[in-house]
Amino acid sequence: MSVSTEVAIVGAGIVGAACAYELARAGLRTIVVDRGFVGGGATAAGMGHIVVMDDSEAQFALTRYSQTLWDALERELPATVEFERCGTIWVATDDEEIAEVRRKCAYYTQRGVAAQLLNGEELREAEPNLRPSLAGGLLVPGDSVLYPPCAAAYLLDRAREHGADVHLGEQVVAIGKHKVSVGGGTIVADHIVNAAGQHAPELTPGINIKPRKGHLVITDRYAGMIHHQLVELGYLKSAHSVTTDSVAFNVQPRKTGQLLIGSSRQYDIAESTVDTRILARMLERAFEYIPRLRGASSIRTWTGFRAATPDKLPLIGRHPDNASVLLAAGHEGLGITTSLATGRLVADQILGRKTEIPIEPYLPSRQMSSAHA
Amino acid sequence: MPETITVRVNGATVEVPAGATAAVAVVMARAKSRVSVAGQPRMPFCGMGTCFECRCEINGETQKRGCQVLCQRDMEIRSNG
Amino acid sequence: MASTRLHFDVVVIGGGPAGIAAAVTASKSGATVALVDDNPGVGGQIWRGEAQTASTPDAADWFFRLRHSPVQVIAGARVFHLESGKLAAESDRGVLDVSYRDLILATGARELFLPFPGWTLPNVFGAGGLQALMKTGLPVRGKRIVIAGTGPLLFAVASYARKQGAKVLAVCEQTSFQKMARFATATARTAEKMKDALRFAWELRGIPHWTNCWPVAAIGRDDLERVRLSHNGRIRELECDYLACGFHLIPNLELPKYAGCAIANGFVQVDDFQRTSLPHIYCAGEPTSIGGLEMALVEGQIAGHAATRNENAARRLFAERAACARFAAALRSAFEFRPELKFLADPDTFICRCEDVGFERVRQYGSWREAKLHTRCGMGPCQGRVCGSAAEFLFGWHIDSVRPPVFAVQCASLAMVSAASNLNGPKLNGGPQ
Repeated sequence: MSVSTEVAIVGAGIVGAACAYELARAGLRTIVVDRGFVGGGATAAGMGHIVVMDDSEAQFALTRYSQTLWDALERELPATVEFERCGTIWVATDDEEIAEVRRKCAYYTQRGVAAQLLNGEELREAEPNLRPSLAGGLLVPGDSVLYPPCAAAYLLDRAREHGADVHLGEQVVAIGKHKVSVGGGTIVADHIVNAAGQHAPELTPGINIKPRKGHLVITDRYAGMIHHQLVELGYLKSAHSVTTDSVAFNVQPRKTGQLLIGSSRQYDIAESTVDTRILARMLERAFEYIPRLRGASSIRTWTGFRAATPDKLPLIGRHPDNASVLLAAGHEGLGITTSLATGRLVADQILGRKTEIPIEPYLPSRQMSSAHA
Repeated sequence: MPETITVRVNGATVEVPAGATAAVAVVMARAKSRVSVAGQPRMPFCGMGTCFECRCEINGETQKRGCQVLCQRDMEIRSNG
Repeated sequence: MASTRLHFDVVVIGGGPAGIAAAVTASKSGATVALVDDNPGVGGQIWRGEAQTASTPDAADWFFRLRHSPVQVIAGARVFHLESGKLAAESDRGVLDVSYRDLILATGARELFLPFPGWTLPNVFGAGGLQALMKTGLPVRGKRIVIAGTGPLLFAVASYARKQGAKVLAVCEQTSFQKMARFATATARTAEKMKDALRFAWELRGIPHWTNCWPVAAIGRDDLERVRLSHNGRIRELECDYLACGFHLIPNLELPKYAGCAIANGFVQVDDFQRTSLPHIYCAGEPTSIGGLEMALVEGQIAGHAATRNENAARRLFAERAACARFAAALRSAFEFRPELKFLADPDTFICRCEDVGFERVRQYGSWREAKLHTRCGMGPCQGRVCGSAAEFLFGWHIDSVRPPVFAVQCASLAMVSAASNLNGPKLNGGPQ
């Protein structure tokens, strides 16, 4: 059985959904295929934090661009997406971290992103439940949070409105030249987008994407306990580390009033089992910042796998050897944030449009030598 | 052992039999233990600690399952959010 | 938060009849035994509140034995983590870090609740739910009560309510008259059950007992005013104060699943000595099959003997257990759910009470996990114990495996668990939500 289309997208997570949204809207006949249901992979596990990051110019450009796309979409997002512009506060515990906060503030302000330094007192005022002796922080009021599975579902619904076909419960077996082999047959496409997250390398050999396991805990509803997404500056150290297991304080207030507590990173673990030792470390870290969390009722824990690349930038763009394939994977902890920009850039490449930010830093060719097929 | 205990449910005084749980006090007071997500008043339901409908604030502590807490003299029970 | 380290040769989780029988039996050998239960007092559901004043000779006997045994009763403690040789329980006094040589899971059963319009109204309770409230002091004198659903529990609730002075308007049983009659003959085969049946018949004389009858809606503005029922195809309405509605029992499998015990046909797999698929872990009572009180007591004793290596004593109880098993089988066939129960809910009837998610929203998804992720159904503190169990019947879904915390506990308690490893057994799926 063979089906023919203009674009075939492998993966119905947030990135695949964003690609479908852009491509279907641009008038291309689009088919999305996923072996499971919408947003059931890393999309379901992540925090849904839309955050501007300053790790590198390329990361800043992508996160900032994508954030503006989310902001433009805000008004039409349904209530199930739980979009909330609560802002982020990067929390500093000592003078060294305050210095980092100042650097970050300058970095953002210079690039037109609103950021405000908070001293200890101002921090306490903004977040009364943070422990008293913190040095201060950086408030980035333009950051948001949302609920990813429903965001992915929304984007796919919009794609469907523009004629996209979504095939769920269909395992993609292989991606070839203009061909996607699924269980029941083949999809022949002018363009194929590999948005399969941590599974992308299984379909496109030679790309360097490795899973990084993360743990999360969610509490019962405690409306008003915290108001912003709170992240420790050490988070960046954790995100940078390439080898060791690490935890870092990262807590999000959901629109429901529930608190989403993270974060952890582990390499080379294939099992998705919840590790109670990691949970304990992660929670203890969170208590150091928000003592009241100790008494909050924890309802659920889970794990997920981020798709990580060595240079911490996603792979977006044409495969150097197979011009019919584009990659849209490897977003590590920024998949939700950068999904819309990814979709836009992928559409730009396929349609030959000028991209709004340089695409070179994300091109797969930086990772892959031309020898790879 | 006293036959009845006096507790307060949302400020109103209620006399409950000794050995009664906070959930019983809520039902006797015809109060609600909590308000649901969609704004419905809810009362204790399963009686055995698994449904969490009886969650209320007991002596200032929130998210307590009323059916698992024995009434004590002057206990303050308030409807949870 | 305080953490207390304890060690026992045998730990029994669940203080109902099976757990009490297991603990008392195990303690006879000289082993140190703890009986752990979430409720403020032991007794489980059927013997709730009876530790001081038992309502039956059986209960009086076992509570007496428990009181005079060296069993350490740990009430008000919810087990939220379990691994080989250790468990963690949260109590008001802090976390109990308990190590054990042998573990007996006697976690009992809970009611199955099916959604129907108005089931979230104040004064609509579970059937066992109302009974639990009555047993913990709720006065019902003069209250007009309708009892509905399925299973022998309805009789027990009706009888108890009447004794407390309530006006029981009707007992509404969804099963057919023929199935009910077959069940009655099955119970007549054992003297014990026959006595129970006659006792109920006497205690419930004059109260209408309707078969082919189920609730169609609970109606009222701020709280319950009347119940609409379907009875033999006709609609009836009864004005009442309380509706007690429950659809029989489902086993509490969360801890056995969390531990990694093999589950078959919806129950914990055990051998003749109540051993699960995991070494040093036993299971007795409702989690092995919904078999009622006598079954729970005999299984508890067998597990208690087996856990203390008294295999001969255990063997002597096999015949009694076999007799009880016949009753269990009769129970299963008598109270099978009729298909109409799948369609009681309106599109906007909440199936998930914790998160207020409507039936129609949930129904369109293909699996429990998908429905959970996209509607939040099952993401509340009950962890799907109410809605998930209903969804299994309503949609044929399979509830995914159990992750920590097995029961909602404070973050501080969860942080106190430092597991060395999970138990050997089928891999637990820690995947997203």
